[in-house]
Amino acid sequence: MPDSTAAAPYLQLSGVHKAFGAFTALNAIDLEIQQGEFVCFLGPSGCGKTTLLRIIAGLETPTAGRIEQAGRDITIAPPAERDYGIVFQSYALFPNLTVADNVAYGLVNRKTPRDEVRRRVEELVKLVGLPGSEKKFPGQLSGGQQQRIALARALATSPGLLLLDEPLSALDALERVRLRQEIRALQQKLGVTTIMVTHDQEEALSVADRIVVMNHGVIEQIGDAISVYREPATPFVADFVGKVNVLPGRIESGELHVGQFKLRTSASERAAHGDVKVYLRPEDVLARPAGGGTPSFAAEDPFVFDAEIEKIEFLGSFCHVHVQSAAFAPHRLTVYLSLNFLTEQALNTGSALRLKLLPERLRVF
Amino acid sequence: MSTAASVSATPSASAPAKLAQRVHWSDRVAHVWLLVIAFVLLAFLAAPLATILMQAFEGKDREFVGLSNFIAYARTPALLSSLWNSLWVSVAVTVITIPVAFLFAYGLTRSCMPWKPLFRGVSLIPLLAPSLLSAISLIYWFGNQGIAKNFMQALGISQIYGAPGIVLAECFAVFPHALMILITALSLADARLYEAAAAMGTSRTRKFFTITLPGAKYGLLSAALVTFTLVMTDFGIPKVIGGNFNVLATDVFKLVIGQQDFAKGSVVALLLLLPAVFTFGVDHYVSRRQTAMLTARAVPYKPSPSTGFDRVMLLCCSAIALLMLAMLGMAIFASFASFWPYNLTPSLRHYVLGLVDGEVGEGFINSLKMAGGTALFGTLLVFFGAYLLEKTKGASWLRGPVKMLAMLPMAVPGLVLGLGYIFFFNAPGNPLHGLYQTTALLTLCTIIHFYTTGHLTAVTALKSLDSEFEAVSASLKVPWFRTFWRVTLPICTPAMVDIARYFFVNAMTTISAVVFLYSPETKVASIAILNLDEAGEMGAAAAMAVMIAAISAVATGAFMLLARWVDRRTQAWRGPR
Repeated sequence: MPDSTAAAPYLQLSGVHKAFGAFTALNAIDLEIQQGEFVCFLGPSGCGKTTLLRIIAGLETPTAGRIEQAGRDITIAPPAERDYGIVFQSYALFPNLTVADNVAYGLVNRKTPRDEVRRRVEELVKLVGLPGSEKKFPGQLSGGQQQRIALARALATSPGLLLLDEPLSALDALERVRLRQEIRALQQKLGVTTIMVTHDQEEALSVADRIVVMNHGVIEQIGDAISVYREPATPFVADFVGKVNVLPGRIESGELHVGQFKLRTSASERAAHGDVKVYLRPEDVLARPAGGGTPSFAAEDPFVFDAEIEKIEFLGSFCHVHVQSAAFAPHRLTVYLSLNFLTEQALNTGSALRLKLLPERLRVF
Repeated sequence: MSTAASVSATPSASAPAKLAQRVHWSDRVAHVWLLVIAFVLLAFLAAPLATILMQAFEGKDREFVGLSNFIAYARTPALLSSLWNSLWVSVAVTVITIPVAFLFAYGLTRSCMPWKPLFRGVSLIPLLAPSLLSAISLIYWFGNQGIAKNFMQALGISQIYGAPGIVLAECFAVFPHALMILITALSLADARLYEAAAAMGTSRTRKFFTITLPGAKYGLLSAALVTFTLVMTDFGIPKVIGGNFNVLATDVFKLVIGQQDFAKGSVVALLLLLPAVFTFGVDHYVSRRQTAMLTARAVPYKPSPSTGFDRVMLLCCSAIALLMLAMLGMAIFASFASFWPYNLTPSLRHYVLGLVDGEVGEGFINSLKMAGGTALFGTLLVFFGAYLLEKTKGASWLRGPVKMLAMLPMAVPGLVLGLGYIFFFNAPGNPLHGLYQTTALLTLCTIIHFYTTGHLTAVTALKSLDSEFEAVSASLKVPWFRTFWRVTLPICTPAMVDIARYFFVNAMTTISAVVFLYSPETKVASIAILNLDEAGEMGAAAAMAVMIAAISAVATGAFMLLARWVDRRTQAWRGPR
């Protein structure tokens, strides 16, 4: 991953602010993106992620702030004077032009010789995995194929920056997973700096070098997938990215009290005295069967507690298991268990479980 | 360039500097064109209307006289009675036409009766001829020498000239206008509502009163308002069949052309403008409600066969269609009759008389010139204007006013527009004075008169295009006019053919706006008919009206063929449909 301190950033946003009348869409956005990076803007609808992308594209003008691309101030440059290719959720392919004409749309205008245009179109159509479709009209292609052509058109002029505005939202689930991996592979092959807007956390986690989590017009956290997931900077990020148990707790002289547990972690020592919320991921609780037989947790382990299965939510290879335990009563916990484990141990609603908390994984806000 | 942007990275909290994007040269080109459109609309719409407004407040020597013209008007009992006549006749026509048109539209959209396309075609006949065709036809049916005069008198109507004739003829003339609105309103039904009602065992009558009627209420309101306004402002019919029964529209003509009383004429014109502006406002409000009702997920309603109901609908629609055919048929029959009512053997006497002696032949050439010009230049102006408004950016100060000006003609009766043209272009000081009484001005006036419908068609077509085409083009460094030429225009050609057809047919049949503007050299056919009627040459007038209808029908057919050809040439990408 590119080192964010060394080279000058390829794209730099400072103090970007956007207001629509009285409504503040974006507030004090500072962001640096390195050459060749794949960055995702992630957030719920209305969080300002698309507005931010449109500002970078010059389709909206920020109310205040400054944007630099490759050392050039582009804050108030019109779209035509910027260097980027863009792909929209709606594909926005020209329906009356063939695939070849669509892909060549930006090339023809640059007075590229005809042979070269044809060669480049062929190369691009092959690059996105649709060789031989040059003579077809967009209407004859599936959604996924159309989006690939839109990608080829955006890349045709070899832009320095690729902007993807929810490119996968209009596709069905399988196609979405396939295309996002293709986009990632293509991006790595070409090394083009890429920004993708998405509201799908799985999409962001699986393809991005770095994720910019946004909410209510501000950046909540910037980080790679693991750090956003494991070390959410704010309750919003913890809640929005992945599933999480939220438990009431209390900090007393550097010690965290949650349920029946009193524990001391690096986080609890930093936290101020008072009531807190404790965030615990479902997979950060390990499970063993309660009875003997298979090696269980030692009962004297301070973080082990007994629980009873209340409900099993079947999700496929893994299940969300809702458990009840004296340790956290009256609050229930959701833990993440594999279907194999449940089957092997013959666990069902009402079965007893022995669980172990991973204290370092607890997040306290 | 980048040094010009002296924007601090951290804006001060008190007064953040508002950023404005640099304008790309291609956007400047768009702004210049938008200015051109704005100028055309200002010079040929806003300025003439403003002149009427000024005239209404000016005395003989162009001095400001406040409301005294209005007071003088209110003190003229004859003029006041015209106002009353206009109002009650318009209400009467609305009350008769709307239920009949609703029944017809209901049959077309909600039954499985046979021959629907035929009925649709027949219902559009009144659009092909000047509105006065129906008045002429009524005179042959019920006039002093009409063949059904005795039948009418048995019904208690002593003579057709006057209110009865106007009401009947107007019902015929406005029928297709009301019908089109009602068909649209009734087609916008969501089948899921009817399925849900059927699942709950709802009766047909209850479905009609709880789903159909509430769903169509905005359409009904809109159709009623449009009917009222059209009757209020129509000139041809009361001129031909009104006799001594005066209405506002004929008053304007008499005051301005007969008595040269421009001040009172302007006052009456403003009175005509009022209901139209009111209608426009309500319609604008209603149409927004109407679209909000139908979500993208609605399932279009498809009627299912029901023998008894379909038969009743067929009967009703046939009766209405036969009445319409009777109206056109009589005009055709009379136009060929040698000497009404004594010698009914067919001859071309009236056609020869009209074309040669009445100099209507020249009128037809002028009409075709004007209609062709309106169709060609009107379509280009309207479509390009709509494109600039919808798809280019920047110059936002200009967009609101231009949009308003594009919608304004809907609210301006042709008679008022024509009057404004006299006042504005006949003024000796006007640099555009040279246009007065030329075919060019007649064409421009007609384009403006029918601008809004064309504009709305173009906007609808443009709105259906992906809104990101322009953004993609800009990112590929392709200027907007290239995308306009390569993408937008080819996709929208069917809509443009539609606009051109609308312009052509309306230009062939219009009377109200151009009646003030012609000279002997530029007189169009529809006006020539009016003159023939005034000269007592009823047969020739009928013949010429039938000819206009025939030309309009042929032109409509030609435009349909053109549309099919264009479809094949430019819409191949839509794939087999």
